[in-house]
Order: sequence, then C-alpha cells, then structure tokens
Amino acid sequence: MCATCGCGPNSHHHDHSHDHTHESSPGKKVVDVEQDILQENNLLAQRNRGFFEGRNILAINLVSSPGSGKTSLLERTLTDLKGELSFAVIEGDQQTANDADRIHATGTKVTQINTGKGCHLDAHMVLHAVQGMKLQADSVLFIENVGNLVCPAMFDLGEQERVVVISVTEGEDKPIKYPDMFHSSTLCVINKTDLLPYVKFNVEKAKEYARKVNPQLEIIELSCTSGEGMNLWYEWLKSKVLQPV
Amino acid sequence: MHELSIVMSIVELASAQASRHDASVIEEIELDIGCLSGIEMESFDFAWKQAVKRTILENARRTVNRIEGRALCLDCNTDFTMEHLYDGCPNCGSHLSQIRSGKELKLRSLVLPD
Repeated sequence: MCATCGCGPNSHHHDHSHDHTHESSPGKKVVDVEQDILQENNLLAQRNRGFFEGRNILAINLVSSPGSGKTSLLERTLTDLKGELSFAVIEGDQQTANDADRIHATGTKVTQINTGKGCHLDAHMVLHAVQGMKLQADSVLFIENVGNLVCPAMFDLGEQERVVVISVTEGEDKPIKYPDMFHSSTLCVINKTDLLPYVKFNVEKAKEYARKVNPQLEIIELSCTSGEGMNLWYEWLKSKVLQPV
Repeated sequence: MHELSIVMSIVELASAQASRHDASVIEEIELDIGCLSGIEMESFDFAWKQAVKRTILENARRTVNRIEGRALCLDCNTDFTMEHLYDGCPNCGSHLSQIRSGKELKLRSLVLPD
C-alpha cells in the first residue's frame, strides 16, 4: 500500500464527509451524499499544489491536441534556458517513452507516465511521478499532458499555470470547438507561426475566439522552428518564476 | 472519453457510501451534472452501461439533474443563461462573466434498502 495517499492494489476512498439519511418509503433509506464527483482528484491536486508551493516549484500543465508542438516547445525551451532556470519534466502519453527520450536528450530530468487507455493525466498519477523525481526547490516542472483537447480539461493536477498550445496548421476555431480547455487555461501559445504563409489560419480570428471563451487568457504567438516569438514565452515563464509564493 | 473516469469515480464514491451503510445493493442514485461541466451525455450514458457492470450500481435507477448554465456579466451585472462557454452577455455583449451555475458534477443522493 502507498504510504502517502493510501492507494493499494484495490481502489481506495478518501471520503470523510457526513451524510444524512432519512426514510423515503418503507424498506428504503435515502442517503444524502452531496459529494463532488471529482473530489478525490481535487484533494490530491491540492496536495500536489501545496508540495509545489512549499518548494517554490512552478508547475505548468501543458495541454493541446496531438501534434501541436508541446514537446518541441519544451525541447527548445529546455535547451535555450539551460543554466538560467532549473527544469524537470513529466511526460504523459498513452504509450511509448518517445517524448521522454526527446526530453532526456536535452539533459533534463524526466519521468514518463503511460496512461494506457487513459485519455488524460490525473492528480494521482502526478503525485506518484513526483514521488520518484527528487525535484529541486526553486525550479520549473513542466507536465506535458496527453495530447487531447477535451479530457484533460476537467482534471486539476495541482499546477499553478495551465498552458494550452494550438498550432496554425489547425483550425482557428479550436477555442470555440473545445471551449473547456481554453476556459481553464491561463496562457494560450499559438505555435508554428513560421508556417503562416502556407496555411489559411487567421491569427486574429483565433485570438478573438479564444478571448470570447476566456477574456483573461494571455496569448503568445511563436515558432519553435524559427525561434520567432520565443523571447515572449521566455519572458512570461520568468515572470511566473520570479513571483513570490 | 473522460466520461469513463467520471463514471468510475461515481462507482467508487457510491460503493464507499453503500458499504458504510452495510448495503449490498444501490436501488437509486441521483446526480447533478451541469450543462457547462464538460460532460457529453451520450458518452456518459455509454460509459455508464459499461462501467457499472458487476458493480453495486448495476441495477440502480439513475436520475440526472441537468443544471442550466447561468452567468453574471461583470460589466453590466446582467444574470443570463449561458449555453456555451463562449456566450457573451445578451445585454452588453461583454464576455467578462462569472459562471454561477452549470459546472456541477455531484453525487446528490442514494436510495438503499433499509
């Protein structure tokens, strides 16, 4: 059995609320439960958040469709900012350690989570990944979620910032097609801007849609390939690191 | 298909409640699922059929209360129905709003044999 969260080979329960029962009809008992269905995930997420805050670790949950360039953004960032900030990465994919291998090649500490059939990371998976990582204080932890613009939206991992990545090879209406993800994110990165001359993507329209869903969303346009706009992303990242917790 | 994880969480929560009350079967279950909660009801129904098999919820009668999305416009204070997260205020058009209901995802109650 896991000493931290109590999970064992069988499923586990973290419910400690007080319920109320009353008779409805003879032979039946009504139990008023009034529990949030995501409460177990949310409790573990808060636990992760406390762990990160106590060590001044900036945890960033990176979400996008498959192929928007999350791993490429990380590769470039980890290489460019090496020596300035200390990083660790958790990679989430259904299968393979390919992304972890790419991150490892940059010399960064990385753990791969394979979710199997699971379509998103949850706080429990992150808790266990973090247990095995010996994270440094005053560092940045990138959590690259499973490539999926729908399912990861509902699951708080305990991150401070949620960054949604879209690329110009996708439709500019992604934000209104998949509003939950944009609604819950703090920053939107529009990637692959070097390809704008070759595709129909309307950047202004995409930004307008994103702001309809989330008026507070910050937006940065960049290209991991040409390097254009990367300085804005680095400034954003450093501004978050410097924030006192 | 995060609906499957959601249904599995419901099974866990409900089973824990039932065992606390020494019940071996759940007759009825009542859920609140808000219209802005990110749950697709067709996927939820599909996941439900699969995930409750051979559990304490297998034969439970399920009631789902769909809670309407409502938001308060932070610019003009209008309280309005929000069908989609990108809906603006019908009065002033602003998108700066606070969601007041519709995000619910809750296990309300169970009916157990006495």
